[in-house]
Amino acid sequence: MTEKLVVIGAGMASGRALEHLFETDPGAYEVTLFNGEPRGNYNRLMLSPVLSGEKSYEEIVTHDDAWYAENRVTTRFGEAVTKIDRERKVVVSKGGETPYDKLLIATGSYPFILPLPGKDLDGVIAFRDIDDVGRMLGAAELPEAKAVVIGGGLLGLEAAAGLRLRGMEVTVLHVMGHLMERQLDPSAGYLLAKDLERRGIRVHCKAQTKAILGQNRVEGVLLEDGTVYEADIVVMAVGIRPETRLARDAGIEIERGITVDDAMRTSDPDILAIGECVEHRGMLYGLVAPLYDQAKVVARTLLADEAVFLPVELSTKLKVTGCDLFSAGDFSEGPDREEIVFRDAARGVYKRLVLKDNTIIGAVMYGDTADGSWFLSKIKAKEDIAAERDTLIFGPAYAGGAALDPMAAVAALPDEAEICGCNGVCKGKIVQAITGSGLSTLEEVRSATKASSSCGQCTGLVEQVLASTLGDGFQLPTAKPVCKCTDFTHEDVRRLIKAGELKSMPAVWQELGWKTSCGCHVCRPALNFYLLADWPDDYVDDAQSRFINERAHANIQKDGTFSVMPRMWGGVTTAAELRAIADAADKFDVPMVKVTGGQRIDLLGVKKEDLPEMWADLNAAGMVSGHAYTKGLRTVKTCVGTDFCRFGTQDSTGLGIRLEKRLWGSWTPHKVKMAVSGCPRNCAEATCKDVGIVCTDAGFNIGVGGAAGLDLKQTEVIHTARTEEEAMDVTVAFVQLYRENAKYLDRPYRWIEKVGLDWVKSLVVDDLQSRMALVARFDHSQSIYQKDPWAERVEGEKRREFEPLADLRLKAAE
Amino acid sequence: MNAMTDDWLDIGALTDIPARGGRVVKTPRGCLAVFRAADDTVFALDDRCPHKGGPLSDGIVHGHNVTCPLHSLVISLETGAAANPEEGRVRTHQVRVAEGRVLLDPAALRS
Ligand code: SRM
Ligand SMILES: Cc1cc2nc3c(=O)[nH]c(=O)nc-3n(C[C@H](O)[C@H](O)[C@H](O)COP(=O)(O)OP(=O)(O)OC[C@H]3O[C@@H](n4cnc5c(N)ncnc54)[C@H](O)[C@@H]3O)c2cc1C
Ligand code: SF4
Ligand code: FES
Repeated sequence: MTEKLVVIGAGMASGRALEHLFETDPGAYEVTLFNGEPRGNYNRLMLSPVLSGEKSYEEIVTHDDAWYAENRVTTRFGEAVTKIDRERKVVVSKGGETPYDKLLIATGSYPFILPLPGKDLDGVIAFRDIDDVGRMLGAAELPEAKAVVIGGGLLGLEAAAGLRLRGMEVTVLHVMGHLMERQLDPSAGYLLAKDLERRGIRVHCKAQTKAILGQNRVEGVLLEDGTVYEADIVVMAVGIRPETRLARDAGIEIERGITVDDAMRTSDPDILAIGECVEHRGMLYGLVAPLYDQAKVVARTLLADEAVFLPVELSTKLKVTGCDLFSAGDFSEGPDREEIVFRDAARGVYKRLVLKDNTIIGAVMYGDTADGSWFLSKIKAKEDIAAERDTLIFGPAYAGGAALDPMAAVAALPDEAEICGCNGVCKGKIVQAITGSGLSTLEEVRSATKASSSCGQCTGLVEQVLASTLGDGFQLPTAKPVCKCTDFTHEDVRRLIKAGELKSMPAVWQELGWKTSCGCHVCRPALNFYLLADWPDDYVDDAQSRFINERAHANIQKDGTFSVMPRMWGGVTTAAELRAIADAADKFDVPMVKVTGGQRIDLLGVKKEDLPEMWADLNAAGMVSGHAYTKGLRTVKTCVGTDFCRFGTQDSTGLGIRLEKRLWGSWTPHKVKMAVSGCPRNCAEATCKDVGIVCTDAGFNIGVGGAAGLDLKQTEVIHTARTEEEAMDVTVAFVQLYRENAKYLDRPYRWIEKVGLDWVKSLVVDDLQSRMALVARFDHSQSIYQKDPWAERVEGEKRREFEPLADLRLKAAE
Repeated sequence: MNAMTDDWLDIGALTDIPARGGRVVKTPRGCLAVFRAADDTVFALDDRCPHKGGPLSDGIVHGHNVTCPLHSLVISLETGAAANPEEGRVRTHQVRVAEGRVLLDPAALRS
C-alpha cells in the first residue's frame, strides 16, 4: 500500500527532495505539498535577477502544474500548516486535517527584522519571496524613488544592485567595518564597495541604525550619529532565522534549528526535516549546495535506503553583474597559517589564499574569480600544494612565466597622477620626457621636468617611474621600506596616498599592493596618521591602530599604570587649578606629583580604571588633556616677558599661550614642542625646540628644527616676523607643512635634514599664498580634531576602554 | 560540536570588544586580556607580558598577534608564545562565541 507523505513548504530543498524521490521510486508515496506562499516551487536564488529585470518570474519557476500532475502531487498552495498533531499523525491547515505516515518539514527561514522604532511602517520590506520583489518594484516606479537597504551582506547587496538598475537612488547601511564581512576580508570588501559606488550605490559602513522615520509610510532612516537618509522604501536584509515554530509547538527537539541526524530524521522518527530550518551537528546552512545534498539524503531515507549527510565546504558568489567575488573556506589568520596575497591595483584584482600544513584552507578573491572553483576543489580535496606553491596564486593557467613586477602599483597609476607635489608634475609628463627625450637618469628627469627637484620627497617614485618605463635599463636604488608588509618607503606611501586619493586603510593596502591582508603594528599607526593628516574630512581615525598612550590618552608606565598631565597653557596656572590637581592627587592616591621639564605638573601612577573619573574632576576645574603622550603638540614653554621682566621686549607669555591654544589637539608625525622667550637671554630655552621664538624689539625671530633629546641641535631662524599675528601664521604654516610631508616618527629637525631648509622657507615664508593656504588647511583640520579627548572619554562608548569587560573576582572558583 | 555549554562563563557581548582590540577581565587570580581579532576570532590570555609584565590588553592587535605596549614583544594570541620562543610564553585560556556572547572556560579562574 502506498504511504502518505506530507511535505510542509514548497521551497528549494523540498523541490529537489521530491525529484529524487520520484526518480528512484515514483509509486512509493502519495504526496501532499503545502506551501505558505500562494504558488509552487520556484528558484529563490533568482529573485535578484527578477528584481533587476534580467529575468521574469515565469523563467524561474522550477516545477509547474504539469509536473505536479504528472507525479500525482496534491498541491495545497497558499495554505500554511498551522499545527502538527503527532499523536494522531495529522497536520492542520485552514482546509482541515491531513493525515500522514511520513512528514517532511522544509519550512526554510524567515527574515530577521531589527527591533527598531518604525519597523512596522508601510514600506519596510524584507527580501525573501516574490511578493517582496513585487513590493520593491512598485516603489521603484515612483519618480526619483529612494531606497535604503539595511544590511551589507549577500542579500542586501543583491537587493541594492537590483533597485539601482531599476533607477532608484540606493543607500546601503552596514553595521560592520566592511561589506560582506562574513565572506570577505577588508581588502576585498573595499574593492566591492568601490565597484558598487561606481555604479551609483552609496555605501555607508559602521552605520548604527537608530530608527526608521515616517508617519504612516517610511520617509527615512536615522542613524545614531544623527545622519538621516530619505527613503521611500527600506529593505531589511540583516539576516535570517530558521522557521521552527511548527516543530517547536509539536514538541520536536530544536536548538537554533530543528535538530536532525545524519539521515535527516528529527527526534520523531516519522518526521524528517531539511533545508534552512534544520540544524545538523550544530551547523545551520543558508546556501543551497548543502541543502541539495540534504534533499538527496532525505529521499533515500524515505525509501528506507541508508544515506548520510556530510557537511561540505561552502563557497559564495555575489550575483551582481560586474562584481566578481568569490570566497570559500576559512580565511582567518593564525600562527599556524600562512597567506599568499596577490594584488593587481590597475585591474582591481585581489586574491588571497590561506594555507595550513601545505593545504589551502581558505580563499577570497575579487575582480578575477575565474580560478575560484579550481581552488575550491583543492580545499575540498585537502590537496598538498607544497610543490606548486610558488605559482599557486596564478591559478591553473600559469605555466612558469616571469616573477611579478614589484613596481605594479606605480605602473598602474594613471598618467594624470601627480608624482611631484612641489612642482605639480604628473606621471604622464615624466614618462613622456623619458621616452620622448631618451632620458635614463634621475638627474636628467629632474632638469627636464623639475620633478623631485624641490623637497625631494618624491625621489623614490620618480625612480620607480623610470624603472617601470625603461624596464631593465634602469637600476633601482634600494630604500628602506616601511615594514615587512610593503616595499614602499614612508615617503613613497605618503605621495601615493595623495596622488591616488587613497582615503582608507584598505584602499592603501589594495592600491599599493600590501603583502599582508591588514597590516601590522609598525605600518598601521603610520598609515593612520597619514590618512587623517591628508583627508581630515573623509578618514575616520582608527583607535585600534594607535599605540596605547594615544588610544587611552594617558602615558603608560612600567607597571601598567598611567600618568595624567593637564595642560597648563604657556606654563601659567592658578591657585584654583593647583587646588583641583591637589584634590585629584588625594582622591586617587597618586604616588607621585612631579613638576616636569615642560612647565607643568604630572600625576604619576594612576590606575587605568580611575582615569575617566580623574579627568572628569580636572575637566570640571576647567583643565584639558596636556597630550603629554601624543605625536602632537606637547608644550609651549614661555618666560614671564613684558608682564614682569625688566628686559622683556614682547608679550612672550601671551604669545606662548595663544600658540598653544591654536595648536593643541592636532596630530603630527612626531611630537612638537615649542617655546617663546621674551628676549635673547632666552630663559624659555627656545633655541632647542621644534619651533622656538625669541623676541626682540624688532619683532619675533622664528627658529625651527631644534632638538635637545637624543640629538642636540640649535634652531635655525627662518624669519623675523613684525607682528604677533605674522609669527603665529608662520608657525602654523610650518607645522602644517611638517604634517603634510614628514615621515611618521621623524622630528622636524630630521625631516628638515631631508628636504632642506630652503624648501621649507620657500613655502612657509617667501610664498605668502602658500603660507596662507597651509594655515587654512591646518585650521580646517583643527575644526575636526581639536577636541578634548578627556571629555570625550569620560562620556559614551569610548569609556569602555577603561572598564573591565567583566569582573569575576567574586565568582567562586569551582 | 562543543559539548560544554552552561557552565561556561558569559563575560559580555562580542561587540563590547572593539575589533582588533582587547578588554580586561578581572579574576581571583589576576587579570585576563580578552582580544577580538579583525576576523572576529576571540582569544583569552593572562594579561601579563612574559618580558616585564606589561598589560597585553593595552597592546596593538594585528592578525592573531598582539604587540606588548611596553617594549613591543609580539605575542601569538593562539599559543601565547612570543615570536621568538626564547622570550617566553603567556598562559592562554579557552573562550568561544555563541549567539554573539563571549564565553570563558571556568578553568581560567583556577591556578
Ligand atoms: C615627564 C617628562 C620628564 C619630567 O619628569 O620632566 C618626560 C617624560 C618622558 N619622556 Fe621626555 N619628558 C619630558 C620632557 C622632555 C624634554 C624636555 C622638554 O620638553 O623641554 C625632552 C628633550 C626635548 C626634546 O623633546 O627634544 C624630552 C625628550 C624625550 C625623548 C627624546 C625625543 C627625541 O626626539 O630626541 C623621548 C623619546 C621619544 O619621544 O621617542 C622622550 C620620552 C618620554 C617618555 C614619554 C617615555 C615614554 O614613552 O614613556 C616619558 C614619559 C614619562 C611619563 O610617563 O610621563 N622624551 N623629554 C617631561 C614631560 C614634559 C611635558 O611637560 O610634557
Ligand atoms: C534573494 C535571494 C538570493 C539568494 N541567493 C542565493 C545564492 O546565490 N546562492 C545560494 O546558495 N543561496 C542563495 N539564497 C538562499 C537560498 O535561496 C536558500 O538557502 C534556499 O531557498 C533555502 O531553501 P529551503 O527549501 O530551506 O527554504 P525556502 O526556499 O525558503 O522554502 C521554504 C518554503 O516553506 C514555506 N513555508 C514556511 N512555513 C510554512 C508553513 N507553516 N506551511 C506551509 N509552508 C510554509 C515558505 O513559504 C517557503 O515557500 C538566496 C536567497 C534569497 C532570498
Ligand atoms: S629621561 Fe625621559 S625617557 Fe628617560 S627615564 Fe627620564 S623620563 Fe623616562
Ligand atoms: S613587558 Fe612586554 S615587552 Fe616588555
